[in-house]
Amino acid sequence: MSPSEFLRVAWESIYRNKTRSLLTMLGIIIGVAAVIIMIGISAGTEAAIEEEITGLGTNLVFVNSTFSRGGSGGGTSGMTGGLVYDDGFAIADEVIGVAGVTIEQGSTATIKASGVVLEGVSILGTTPDFPSVRDIELDTGRYFKQQEVDQKQKIAVLGSSLAEELFGDDDPIGQVITVDTTKLTVIGVFEEKGMVGDVDYDNRLYLPITVVFQKFTPSQFAKFRGDRVRVIYVEVDADANLDDVILQIELLLAKRHDVSLESPDFSVTTQQDIIKTQEATTAAFRSLLAWVAGVSLIVGGIGIMNIMLVSVTERTREIGIRQSVGATPNDIRWQFLTEALLLSLVGGLIGVFVGVGGAWLFGWASDMRTVIIPSSILLAFVSAAVVGAFFGFYPANKAAQLDPIEALRHQ
Amino acid sequence: MPEQTIIQTSEVRKVYGMGEISVAALDGVSISIQEGEFVAIMGPSGSGKSTLMNILGCLDRPTDGHYILDDEDVSDLDKTELAAIRSRQIGFIFQSYNLLSRTTALDNVKLPLIYNRDNKVSPEERVEIARRKLEAVGLGDRAHHQPHELSGGQQQRVAIARALVNDPVLILADEPTGNLDTRSGEDIMNLLHELHEDGRTIVMVTHDHEIAEHTQRTIHLRDGKVEKVIKNGKKHAPRNRKGGSK
Repeated sequence: MSPSEFLRVAWESIYRNKTRSLLTMLGIIIGVAAVIIMIGISAGTEAAIEEEITGLGTNLVFVNSTFSRGGSGGGTSGMTGGLVYDDGFAIADEVIGVAGVTIEQGSTATIKASGVVLEGVSILGTTPDFPSVRDIELDTGRYFKQQEVDQKQKIAVLGSSLAEELFGDDDPIGQVITVDTTKLTVIGVFEEKGMVGDVDYDNRLYLPITVVFQKFTPSQFAKFRGDRVRVIYVEVDADANLDDVILQIELLLAKRHDVSLESPDFSVTTQQDIIKTQEATTAAFRSLLAWVAGVSLIVGGIGIMNIMLVSVTERTREIGIRQSVGATPNDIRWQFLTEALLLSLVGGLIGVFVGVGGAWLFGWASDMRTVIIPSSILLAFVSAAVVGAFFGFYPANKAAQLDPIEALRHQ
Repeated sequence: MPEQTIIQTSEVRKVYGMGEISVAALDGVSISIQEGEFVAIMGPSGSGKSTLMNILGCLDRPTDGHYILDDEDVSDLDKTELAAIRSRQIGFIFQSYNLLSRTTALDNVKLPLIYNRDNKVSPEERVEIARRKLEAVGLGDRAHHQPHELSGGQQQRVAIARALVNDPVLILADEPTGNLDTRSGEDIMNLLHELHEDGRTIVMVTHDHEIAEHTQRTIHLRDGKVEKVIKNGKKHAPRNRKGGSK
């Protein structure tokens, strides 16, 4: 019997029992769709992370506050540890190989301008190096200078979508906006940057960090040691040695804070560290998804085996007739194997469509990004075929072993 | 023209079960059937005639003894080899027709051609051969009917066309009229006689004496042994192999 004959007979059998075939395929459809969607999600997450890392700017070192118990500055531990505003300037001045330093202090506020009121807008106090360290350019106007920061000038730069919301097509430069109760003059608008991680750069207000300290996050602590900050971003010269710069920062801050390097009140991390952590998380996420998808494919395969066994029993007499007119055990085996394969491949094909559609829908309906990787379609399809062959073999073998006399007697 | 022996069995035994509870369905059957003969096998139930039919049809193998079909010892062939013998040498006609349901008469007749690996015929040729066989049994106009759309007699004629399609040396008919009314039964018997006159070798199991009497010989079985062989009136028609019938 030729392959085309096997295919024809298998197709007729599947087509004849449309509902049953579709239900049988459902397991494979779900399995294949799950593989594609899950790979799509994890690939999308990876792409988003990569973008976030590069979006942060190149060659970045993050200096974070940690509150150490070993701080020797006196007073309560909550008051002593951590980075202060001046640390940033010290790093910029004293560490060799630093291209730029920016300090950020965030809050939220209500913004009023030209009749528009926006509540809960994210505001970010920064320093003049922010655009270069964070790799973001101005569309119009300019960013503030160190002198303006020092003088706590009431000026602001708008994210692109915030400018659009507040002023529409009007030129925002020179306009006055009211942030909570403080009046600020707009001096610049950033160009579109988009989402980096879960931060929307375009929907933020940027202002001198000193203004944020004074007006939006006042602290008693500032009177004693200066304004406390959570993170200092250090951009390292492209040709400087990263480890060397990190060591200098650590030594400098340990000296300034009067802490030992064994129990510092700050930590220095690099983009590489963050990438590694994120990669570990996605890898764990992906292997979990792979397991889920694998299990659903196996369940689908068992469904096929189940139905094929039913089919063999139902068609015992047909098998007997075929045997009596000359079908060999191999002919019978191939007939049922072809049917199982065809079931899983058709299921796989439908699954590919459902998966691609599902991944797209998932990406559209949620914040998560999904990326369809062509090789994942191939992988899912091949897995479906392997599952079909594997789980089809037992029923096919059972059919091939049937005794023709018994089979012909079967009602 | 020397007669060619188609079937030769010597001391064929078929034992079911093992050890003390074993039962011999056939207990040393030796028969010989010549080319072009029309032979009936009769016997009460339990006499072993079904078992003999299964062995003659290469659906089963003897426990002991030898079965030579068309000069080939088929006693010890495996399942695949037996399937090839069935495909090449034997055409079955069953009491309950055994047609594939939901499959047209033409496709049913075509079925043995699909499993025949000796003569490579193209799909178009298969259709042509099957159509000719259907026309030969008078069902040329029913080619695209499914079994449930045909009468019992018509279904049996489709089965006969199917049995002939690979041009076998032996036709085995197991109670071919058992499910049919008298008139249809007569039609089928007439068809079998026509085949015999064309030179086909036919072995038929029946319990109907009247039908058996129209064959050349009747082999009576009892308790797994040949009880007696009776010569009937029908004239021997030596097989006349027509050219181009394949």
